[in-house]
Parts: sequence; C-alpha cells; structure tokens
Amino acid sequence: MITLAQMTKHAGEWLRGSGPHGEIVISSRVRLARNLAGFPFVGRSTKRQRHEALQRCREEILGGDGRGLSKDILWVDLAQSTDLDRQLLVERHLISRQHAQGNSDYPRAVAIDPDETWSIMVNEEDHMRVQVLRSGMQLTEAFEHINQVDNSLESGLDMAYSARWGYLTACPTNVGTGIRVSVMLHLPALKLTGEIEKVRRAARDMHLAVRGLFGEGSDALGDLYQISNQTTLGRSEQEILADFEHTVVPQIISYEQQARQALIKQRSTQLDDKIWRAWGVLTHARFMTAEEVLQHLSHIRLGVNLARINTVDIRTINELFLLTQPGHLQKLTNREMDSPTRREARANLIRTRLGVA
Amino acid sequence: MAKRRCDLCSKPATHHSVEIIKGEKIEKHLCDEHASEQGLAIKAVHTPINELLTNFVKLHSGSSTAQQDLVCDNCGLTFTEFREHSILGCPQCYPAFEEALSPLLERAQQGATHHIGKIPDRAGADEQRQQRMFQMRKRLDEAVAAEDYELAAKLRDEIRNAESEDEQ
Repeated sequence: MITLAQMTKHAGEWLRGSGPHGEIVISSRVRLARNLAGFPFVGRSTKRQRHEALQRCREEILGGDGRGLSKDILWVDLAQSTDLDRQLLVERHLISRQHAQGNSDYPRAVAIDPDETWSIMVNEEDHMRVQVLRSGMQLTEAFEHINQVDNSLESGLDMAYSARWGYLTACPTNVGTGIRVSVMLHLPALKLTGEIEKVRRAARDMHLAVRGLFGEGSDALGDLYQISNQTTLGRSEQEILADFEHTVVPQIISYEQQARQALIKQRSTQLDDKIWRAWGVLTHARFMTAEEVLQHLSHIRLGVNLARINTVDIRTINELFLLTQPGHLQKLTNREMDSPTRREARANLIRTRLGVA
Repeated sequence: MAKRRCDLCSKPATHHSVEIIKGEKIEKHLCDEHASEQGLAIKAVHTPINELLTNFVKLHSGSSTAQQDLVCDNCGLTFTEFREHSILGCPQCYPAFEEALSPLLERAQQGATHHIGKIPDRAGADEQRQQRMFQMRKRLDEAVAAEDYELAAKLRDEIRNAESEDEQ
C-alpha cells in the first residue's frame, strides 16, 4: 500500500497539467456531501455515535468482503496522525483545513485512492464528503466518476434523504444535491492587465463564488482562482455542471486568452521581463517564501504556455506549486523546520528541480 | 533589510505588483486590506457561506417568537441554537424546523423550495415517485412558459397516468 511519504515525492494525478484547456484550467473538482440515515449529524453526535458512523463508512469504503471501491485504498486515521501529515493532506487538497483541525479524541478519517483522483473525508461536517479531482477541464468525467463512487456507497449505506429537500446535510447551504462543483483557474494575464474584476462579475452573474488557492478565506496566491457553485437546491447536478461547462468557464478562458494575446501584441518586452525575471529569481535565490515562489511560478507557467520560455515543462512547475508548500517541504526533507530554515530549503529544492543546483 | 510598508498606510506590504500602463511602469506595494480594496487580491475574508447564512438567519428570523421555540424532537436542537451556527443537528431537523427554514432556504438557494436531481436507489419507491412527479410538474410548467404545447400535453398525460397508477 502507498504511504504518505511516498505520495509526497510527486503531485497527484490532477496536477499533471495534461487535461483539456490545461493552460488555463488547472483542475476540475466535484464533491458530494452525504450523511447516514438514522444518525444525528456529526456535530451533534456523541463520541460513540461518531465512532460507529466512522466504522460503518470504513467498512463500506474498504469493503471487507471485496465490495470496496478500489484496491490499495489509503485509509488515514486523522485522530492518530501527526500535524505534519494532516498539513500535507490539506496542501494536496485531499482534506479540508477544518478536517485537519481537532484533537485525537475526535474520530475522523480520510480514504484516498492511490492516484488521488478521489478521496472521502469521514466525519467532517457531514458523515461523508466525497471528492473527485481531475486535471484540466474534465467536469463531466469527474461527475460521472463521483456518481459511480456515490452509487457504490449507496449500495450498502442508507443516506439521509427526503423527497422535498433531497440529500440532507448538516448545513442547509449544501442540502439538495449536496454537490459542490469547482474549477481551479490560472489567470495571470487577467491579473497583469488589471482585469480580474471581469472574472468576479462573470461568476457573480451566475451565482458562483470566487476563492483563492486553498478555498474559503484564502488569497489568490499564484494567480490561482477557484470558482464554485453556491446553489445546491432546486437544480439538478447536470444543470449545475452545465453552467460551468457551457457558460462561465468558456467565458473566463476567452477573457484570459484575450488578455494573453494583448500582452504579446502590446507589451511583449514587459511580458518577457516578468517571465525571465521570475526565472532569474527562482534559479538563483537562496531564501524564498512560499508566497514569493507561487508568484514567480505563475509567471513562468504563463511564459511556458505562451512559448516565451522553454527551460522547464508545465508538469515541473505544477509540481513545484505543491512541493514548495511548508508541509511538503518538511516531509520531503524528512525533518521539522522553522520558517527561516524552510525558506532556505525551499530555494534549494527549486534550484534542484529546475536543474540548476 | 527593512520590510517594505504599504503605499497607503504604515502596515507591512504583502502584495507587490508592477503594472505597465501605457508604457509607464507603476509599482504598487500594498497591505492586505488596501490590496483587496483595489481589487488586487481576494481578501481573506470573503465571508464563508456558513457565516453569510448565520447572519442571514439572525437578520430575518429574529421577530417571530414562535420560531424561537421550535425544537427538534429527535435530537433536541432548538431553532435558537441553529441560528447561532447554521448547523442542523440531525435529518429530522428539516421537517421539525420546516416552517422557519423554508423562507430562509428559499432566499439562500435562489428561490428553490424542492430538490431536483439525484434520488438514491434506497430512498424507497414512494420517495422516488413523489420526486418524479415533482420534476414532471416542473418540466410541465417550463413547457407551458416556453409555449411548447406539444411537450406540455405529453407531460400532462404522463402525470395523469402516473397518478392513476398510484390510485390502483
């Protein structure tokens, strides 16, 4: 079975950067909120009930009698795991920050398939939060996949459901389909041309939320933006997906492409300066913060996609987005480090990966 | 090296940008707040949706004392407690608080009042039938609104058939 330490060396499948529209759409994500019928929601459960719910989910996910979802599922008991491991999982988008917090007295876990395309958080705000992550614009594929996972879980577990409200969730903002669809977009040109407000407007018109790299309450570091639906009731999964696939994402992609072309046509020297300056810093600096790295990587990623620089490939850049995060850096070097030490280790790692160390 | 200060106040600058406008280079060094004000950063306080709902619930449900007294017989959660965190206690809270919850959800969920979408296999035949009927009626309404009378007539017949099946 794969371990967390092995996982750390590379990015998950979804970051390989080869999906459709990968130059702008980093990843597609779909998640479902599900609760077991006959139990209180997690927040109002006793420790025993939480434990029992966790066991029920565990049996169904791992499938002791061979009905499991896939072979070699990694099951991480978060109540027993270290802070560093939990941080690692947050950085890989496999668990939420909320799920990472909490003490050893709170039964909770995450199941992860070996290529990290799906994961199931157990006993987060809802009994199960299932997610599927894919590289590039692959929302339909992600939805089909998650629906299979969900059907498999439902074959053995009764979910809390009512005809009127649909799937019942702890927070009523998720009730109905329980679905959260999101795409992560790399929009450096819109940022450089000062037009990012266009994206917010497009999203707002469709009642979609815009967030930063790490979801709720995070900054748009590295020019990465997540767009997700807020309405979960009264619209089918397909209708919600269609908003993204046929309206919002194509619109934002075209805005970003126009901004990129405008940069090439009108400010190519300034554009190249940004890209090569970023390359210069990343290949020579000795101390780097995670934020600074993300900003420079963003410009290099833009440069590679516009064929202005060919010293590195997209996959390496995508991996560096992840591996330079504090948790990964410490897991990779196999030691806990304070912030100044991390900055040095981060600069070293980047130079090594970019082949200039 | 001294840390750079925000161009607009004395806080440390956390957002640095160089923009080239009409060939002129403009450097900006801003703190979180001013960066967000100028649309250069998504502020860390894009209010989480839970919080929005909490505020919303507080704002719109304060007047009715009858609603305050609502309690879920199944898990014991009161509507007042729900107002604090916007988190329900158990599946039965939905019917228990239905009267107070419906208008709130309608506003939070773009006017929606009923689920449309996936029905779990194990939800029971009755639930599935109800759901199907609801969805057929919605499609019928849409067909009438779109003046697609051919489709509307077809749906009306389907609904009639489904209802008569139920009576048998």
